[in-house]
Amino acid sequence: MGVALFLNIVTALLEIELVRMFLSVVAVFTFVAIGGAMFLVLMERKVSAWIQARIGPRHVGPGGVLQTIADTVKILQKEHIVSAQADRFMFSLAPIMVAVAALLSYVVLPWGPGVIVRDLNVGLLYFAAVSSVGVIGILIGGWASNNKYSLYGGLRSAAQMISYEIPLGLALLTVAVLTGTLSTAKIVEAQPYPLLYYPFILVNAFIFITAATAETNRVPFDLPEAESELVAGYFSEYTPMRFAVFQLGEYGALFANSALFVTMFLGGWRGPFDLPLIGAVGSGIIWFLLKSYAIVFFLMWVRWTYPRLRIDQLLNVSWKVLVPLGLVNLLVVSFFVVMGW
Amino acid sequence: MAGEAIAFYILTGMIVTAAAIVVGSKNIVHAGVSLVPVLLGVAGLYVLLRAEFLTVVQILIYVGAITVLLLFVILLTEGATGLRTRQRNEQVPLAAAVAALFLVTLLVALTRTPWALTNQPSAAYNIGAVGTSLFTTYVLVFEVAGLLILASLVGAIVIARKES
Repeated sequence: MGVALFLNIVTALLEIELVRMFLSVVAVFTFVAIGGAMFLVLMERKVSAWIQARIGPRHVGPGGVLQTIADTVKILQKEHIVSAQADRFMFSLAPIMVAVAALLSYVVLPWGPGVIVRDLNVGLLYFAAVSSVGVIGILIGGWASNNKYSLYGGLRSAAQMISYEIPLGLALLTVAVLTGTLSTAKIVEAQPYPLLYYPFILVNAFIFITAATAETNRVPFDLPEAESELVAGYFSEYTPMRFAVFQLGEYGALFANSALFVTMFLGGWRGPFDLPLIGAVGSGIIWFLLKSYAIVFFLMWVRWTYPRLRIDQLLNVSWKVLVPLGLVNLLVVSFFVVMGW
Repeated sequence: MAGEAIAFYILTGMIVTAAAIVVGSKNIVHAGVSLVPVLLGVAGLYVLLRAEFLTVVQILIYVGAITVLLLFVILLTEGATGLRTRQRNEQVPLAAAVAALFLVTLLVALTRTPWALTNQPSAAYNIGAVGTSLFTTYVLVFEVAGLLILASLVGAIVIARKES
């Protein structure tokens, strides 16, 4: 009796939009915090150690897997310091803006068949829009710190993100033309693409992953936070917890971009076969996560392999290579689609 | 409906407050950053009108691009201070007169317009429909806007490049 009543109450609550919204936010945030930031930091440390022939963290837990949990507890206990000449309000606001912008992009990620926070009609555009808001957080964080290196970091970040939004947008547009929709769930359903299109999709995937790496400020495009010249750029004045929130936003965006890559080019939650016991939805989620983490691994591999670009090289890559390539690619794909090939 | 009304008033409050900071703040960086809630609030109003595409474009272009460019320029020119000593000039009476005239015009327009009221939620529309109307009914406007943007682009390049 008690259980039935409880279930009834739960079903009634789930009918309310606000409750569902709240629960989705909690679920997404939990994932970003644990599967995004905490796990990815550990993964980055292990991958970098492996690439540099080191061992990496190994003392906390078996093989060091609990290292980031220990670090998080440590970070939570540390003191907040705001430098005397800093703009207090803006200084506190900046990391939140970066993290929220990254979090918002998870709304349109299709985790599995029917598992999506909200299948927007304009999903792809939405993704591009909310991820472009994060740069404001970086800019004001750099300015509010009242530190010239931070300011340079913020300015570089703005220049970089504005330049790379254009190839990113072209890559998204090409996929939209190809599939005839902007909804991320429908893009997964439209795959696999016709065989004829694959050369162009390959070019498109290259443009997207390059632009996404630049958008997430990672090596070889990490000029905004170049440790060796800008002492970490826009977040050099930030003390642990606020710094951690910046990192949360950054790793959250890294996973979100990888997941979008999987959605657009690698069939999203589709797998070669359904895994036993967990059903179609469960195995869809597993395949999606596996593919996304594989892309994350690829990006880490790139990060620890290549050196950083110079600012002029970086802008040249965007304006003189990626933008023309993306435009031509879009034109050719549109032509093919119009001809009905 | 009550929920929509509440959302509308919250959004309006946010827009008006932030807009007041934009025009009133002594710190030009604060003013620039306050544009973000204004523009996001307008995007929220578009959500209430079920104009998804417009919402997303508003965020992408106004918040993600124009505000960023604005802040970029402010930070480049003002450096780390963001402080402007001079916030007002001698044109206050003239500006007040223009503002009052504009207010009267708006009030007249608002009260005289026969608003078509309906209980039906506005029809869901898609990007395809937007694109089709852009290239059929409004093709002239679209092309003129494109030409304008091209002209300003060329102008900016001409100004920026050094004469050899």
